[in-house]
Amino acid sequence: MINPKYFFKGLLCVRRLDSPAIALGASFVAIGALLKNLGFTIQESIFSTFLTYALPGSLIMAESMFVGASLLNIFLAVWLVNSRLYPMTVSLMPLLLHEKQPRWKYYLSCHFVAVSSWLIVKSNYENIEKENRIDFWIGIGTATWLIAIFSTILGYLASDFLNKDMMIGLAVVNPIYFMCAMIGVMKTNSLSSAIILGAILGPSFYLISPQWSVLFGGVLAGTIAFFIGERYGD
Amino acid sequence: MATNIILAILVTSFATYISRFFGVLTSEKINEKSKIYRWFNCLAYSTLAALISRILIFPSGDLGETSFLIRIIVILLSIFIFFITKRNLVYPTVFSAIIMSLLNSYLT
Repeated sequence: MINPKYFFKGLLCVRRLDSPAIALGASFVAIGALLKNLGFTIQESIFSTFLTYALPGSLIMAESMFVGASLLNIFLAVWLVNSRLYPMTVSLMPLLLHEKQPRWKYYLSCHFVAVSSWLIVKSNYENIEKENRIDFWIGIGTATWLIAIFSTILGYLASDFLNKDMMIGLAVVNPIYFMCAMIGVMKTNSLSSAIILGAILGPSFYLISPQWSVLFGGVLAGTIAFFIGERYGD
Repeated sequence: MATNIILAILVTSFATYISRFFGVLTSEKINEKSKIYRWFNCLAYSTLAALISRILIFPSGDLGETSFLIRIIVILLSIFIFFITKRNLVYPTVFSAIIMSLLNSYLT
């Protein structure tokens, strides 16, 4: 089973002042308030963060529902937006894999893969022996997941007591957090092109089709960025 | 809101988990230098950028009640704070909320 020593060691990693978990919490407060504004009940809001635990996915679901998108559209848009979790998982799991650990731990704990938890484990895993890293990771994932759930509840409840200017302030937290996180990863030609072109083409396609703008803009921008990366190298 | 909320949440969760699941499944075999991996990676970041940019330029909900000029000021100040704090994500995130609230309160 899970080694409590390493589980709690991971759990307590989120205490640091510069921890990405703080930004995560602030962002999910905004998500809680956003879901409230879109007509979700508190149970539905908790259910959403509990099951999804990926901010852009929740955001795109909420935004897509706001413009009346179909379930297929939501599925494709969320899958594409959250497909970044695939390379993140691929680049993380080999660091945690150990033959003595059961496979279910990896398939269950992959639910915790998100930008915040990923950043925390990437900067701390080297201090942990490989055999215990999966339990350490489960601790980190549990902590950030719980922060997200409680922040969603807090945001949902607080939205009733916040004035309009505060709500507007909270609403900007999500995009600003991810905008800065993306600027932080603009270190190669392909990623820089993908992010800059995506930022231009997303709103451009909105003028043609609000429902499909993220999908079309993202696919076109990503494909062009891929060829730029192939042509000019990283 | 035409789409059932619970169904939308389940679809969102499933669409999210499959990337994580296949990430574990293939983590021992996939070559991070392969072309398919690189293309997929570009799509992930470009789609996220498209979403965030669209939210900031064509916002809905509360953010839609702010002026474009105020949003641009908040974006530029947040990027400035991000760089002067050595790429810390906490400061621009927290300050963006404060700056946005203050600007919207006093300039509109």
